[in-house]
Amino acid sequence: MKAAVIVFPGSNCDRDMAVALKAAGADVSMVWHKDAALPEGVDLVALPGGFSFGDYLRCGAIAAQSPVCQAVVKHAERGGYVLGVCNGFQVLTETGLLPGALMRNAGLTFVCKSQSLRVETSQSAFTQNYNAGDVVNFPIAHHDGNYFADDATLAMLQDADRIALTYDDNPNGSRADIAGVLSDNRRVLGLMPHPERVVDAVHGSTEGQAMFRGLVGVMAGA
Amino acid sequence: MKAKVHVMLKNGVLDPQGEAVRHALGTLGFDGVQGVRQGKVIELDLAEGTSEAQVTEMCEKLLANTVIESYRIELA
Repeated sequence: MKAAVIVFPGSNCDRDMAVALKAAGADVSMVWHKDAALPEGVDLVALPGGFSFGDYLRCGAIAAQSPVCQAVVKHAERGGYVLGVCNGFQVLTETGLLPGALMRNAGLTFVCKSQSLRVETSQSAFTQNYNAGDVVNFPIAHHDGNYFADDATLAMLQDADRIALTYDDNPNGSRADIAGVLSDNRRVLGLMPHPERVVDAVHGSTEGQAMFRGLVGVMAGA
Repeated sequence: MKAKVHVMLKNGVLDPQGEAVRHALGTLGFDGVQGVRQGKVIELDLAEGTSEAQVTEMCEKLLANTVIESYRIELA
């Protein structure tokens, strides 16, 4: 399975993402934001956490207009897989690949801690190795993770089983406690928590491994 | 020519920063501040002949996120 990790100026979780994907068996290449094309035969694009372009204008807004993001949008439209974590989730909402927007945390503070999450659906390559209702702890580290979508969009997400993860004890004011959402074809996932930071015993937990193994498994079998 | 773009959170979208400013004004003794909404102003220095439609496109594509924000264009 071939994965590409996009690197923007200000990305700071790109190498963690690459390590997590490699550990799960993916062949990983790093792609600079100015590249207009993805490497040949890429199955999965990962948009990492960080502060792309200094979070200027809005988090993820400038990155979403970069040359490589046009290629990422085309990849997604062709049915390719995309994982956006933290700033990567913000980029995905700014490109329109995922609905809603991520606003300043309701408490106004940067929140950095281990966060209890509930897996809401196992019906995706990302979450197939979990059971719906499972509780996992992933680190969160963000200032703008307050998920907003209007009532109609929220109802649509709920009806289509597109809410992948929710927070226990909502840390940031997100509507419906949403921590991660899936695209209509369930092949694009954006989430604020960091699964790539819990994939090795030295991290203190390996609860994120199942997400990367699920992804690699689906594509290795394809 | 110049254009000013005013970007504000839409009505109905909670503005936590505006709320914090309102609290701080109360702490300073300014009574009766019932609401604060915080937005941004973007000044554009444009080539002569740039149309309002083009500025609108800039707002839709980049300057505002219309999921949560509204914008108003002022041409001068």
